[in-house]
Amino acid sequence: MSDKLIKLVRFIGLGFLEPIIRLSKGEETKKNITLILKKIVAPLASILLFLLIWQQGSDALFNIEANYRIEKAFKEQGQEAADEMKLCIESGAIKCQPNTFPTPSQVKYSFYSLLKDHKIINADKKAFIEKTAELNKQRKKAGKKSLVYTGRPSFVDQIGTSLKTVFAGFLLAIFIAVPTGVVIGLSETLRSSINWIIQIFKPVSPVVWLLLVFMVVKTITKDSDIDSSFIISFISVGLCSMWATLVNTVMGVSTVDKDIINVAKVLKLGPVQKVFKVVLPSSLPLIFTGLRITLSVAWMVLIAIELLAQSPGLGSFVWEEFQNGANDSNSKIIVAMFVIGIIGFLLDRVMLTIQKFVSFNKN
Amino acid sequence: MAYLELNNINKTYGQGENANEVLSNINLHIEEGEFVAIVGFSGSGKTTLVNIINGLLKPTSGEILFKGNPVVDTSRERGVIFQNYSLLPWLTVYQNISVALKETFPKASKKFREERAKAYIETVNLTASIHKKPKELSGGMRQRVAIARALAMDPEMIIMDEPLGALDALTRGNLQDEILNIWNNDKRTALLITNNIDEGIYMADRIIPLRPGPNATLGPEFKINIERPRNKTLLNDNLEFKKIRNQIMEYLMEIGQERITANSIEYQLPDIEPKTFY
Ligand SMILES: Nc1ncnc2c1ncn2[C@@H]1O[C@H](COP(=O)(O)OP(=O)(O)OP(=O)(O)O)[C@@H](O)[C@H]1O
Ligand SMILES: [Mg+2]
Repeated sequence: MSDKLIKLVRFIGLGFLEPIIRLSKGEETKKNITLILKKIVAPLASILLFLLIWQQGSDALFNIEANYRIEKAFKEQGQEAADEMKLCIESGAIKCQPNTFPTPSQVKYSFYSLLKDHKIINADKKAFIEKTAELNKQRKKAGKKSLVYTGRPSFVDQIGTSLKTVFAGFLLAIFIAVPTGVVIGLSETLRSSINWIIQIFKPVSPVVWLLLVFMVVKTITKDSDIDSSFIISFISVGLCSMWATLVNTVMGVSTVDKDIINVAKVLKLGPVQKVFKVVLPSSLPLIFTGLRITLSVAWMVLIAIELLAQSPGLGSFVWEEFQNGANDSNSKIIVAMFVIGIIGFLLDRVMLTIQKFVSFNKN
Repeated sequence: MAYLELNNINKTYGQGENANEVLSNINLHIEEGEFVAIVGFSGSGKTTLVNIINGLLKPTSGEILFKGNPVVDTSRERGVIFQNYSLLPWLTVYQNISVALKETFPKASKKFREERAKAYIETVNLTASIHKKPKELSGGMRQRVAIARALAMDPEMIIMDEPLGALDALTRGNLQDEILNIWNNDKRTALLITNNIDEGIYMADRIIPLRPGPNATLGPEFKINIERPRNKTLLNDNLEFKKIRNQIMEYLMEIGQERITANSIEYQLPDIEPKTFY
């Protein structure tokens, strides 16, 4: 029973829980306690240290800003105004808080307020749908378009949109890079003749890709009313991120073990069997390494691309908050940063798990 | 015209300064139904020779004919058992064999292929491990899968490159008998590469040493006129067996000796004497 649990825990990448499970079963107490210290206590300590440094750093930045304000008040309006400013800042009143790097607790507060905001918007949306349900039925009968909620998206909605964009882009990358990689990898002539394209396009920056895609999509969607900003951003994400998969697939396919290729030749496997039974399985580990890089690159460039393409999502959330300049804008940006980082980490974990599941182990 | 003919085969790896002529002037004729063994030291070019015969490698010069036609590619008529098993690690025992059958009997019914795969797995006693992956098998079991795979494709000739080289003596003996059985039942032609003289004598009709490379070439052949089925335990006392064994040993020792003298370089020593101090 505990063995199964440990296997599962390892499989989903939470291997650090293993010593706790073992300890709770009373196995090898001393060894497992050391393991817990190493794998759980030490990382927790590093998180605490991180928060401490963050707190100290933002305090220091805050003090610089506060002193500057007081001094400015003193220079412009004299001692009285300076004292007033000092009192005001110490009282914590919003109107005289300097806009600076937020502390951990401010970020936590913003996180909860974003969640609250999401609940409010959600309730709003629900109410709208209920209210318009009857009306929409009638409109449908009359052949008119139904009414949709057009209110402001919440932070959680933005996350959803970003994930949708990144998955669309990732799928596009898979569908382009893997088949192309297999074809290129199989033919040495093709490899040497196409190599220059890969080498030149691989380092092109996301911004340039976005502009290229924009030029093309703008023309193609000229007289249709589909949402081109989503199309532009997911295609750009796909094109930026697919190179790692392409390069790895080519590499995997072109370096299949010679013995295994010989088997395929001796068994006289046809081209389809050869690709699906021999070439793909043996290059799967490399292809998956490529896919993991692709997904993390996709997630990374997504923010920049959304920001530039003005398509909804976390990128535009960050940009709007930055331009907004409200009192809690900075801490909301930090919340977004953590959310982006954690989702990126989780995506990578998911890929790692799938990779473990599909690839064979060489002895 | 022989069943398989190699005429003046040369094989050189590399070009220019790095050129390494592994095989020189190989001539070999094998008749239909014959069992021929080739013995040679490690690194003498046995695998190279086998790969030329099965069509994986092209000779640098010379002619190779199978049933009168030049060999240009691999062929289903020549089944191969590789030195290092070469199973597909991501497939189970059953899948490894059925993948081969799908290509060999594309028109046959699924049921026919299924039964054939199972029958050959049974022949090599692996029914219990039919759904295991190669990494879950021992070396001997893997080699049995490779044998089953080659035989299930029903080749006219089986080419074996040290198929039992990595196995212990007991397993080795069992598999030798299994191979002999199958060869005997279907009267196939067989070429066995081995580094073990006893194995060669026990199994083959003719045994030919490969003189060590570079420039390896085939030595004189030794006919083995021992009645089949041969009995392994009695073989050790068989006069014919002892005679052939000694002849081949002597021959191999001789060329081994030649090699040592050929390789030892004589250094020209400078004509100097130690200085004397007074
Ligand atoms: N692809 C290759 N390129 C260059 N040299 C090679 C290549 N394959 C083999 N050789 C060389 O050819 C010689 C013979 O190799 P080969 O594998 O045929 O030996 P072998 O008799 O099968 O040895 P073993 O008994 O260890 O399997 C070796 O010196 C080896 O270095
Ligand atoms: Mg070899």
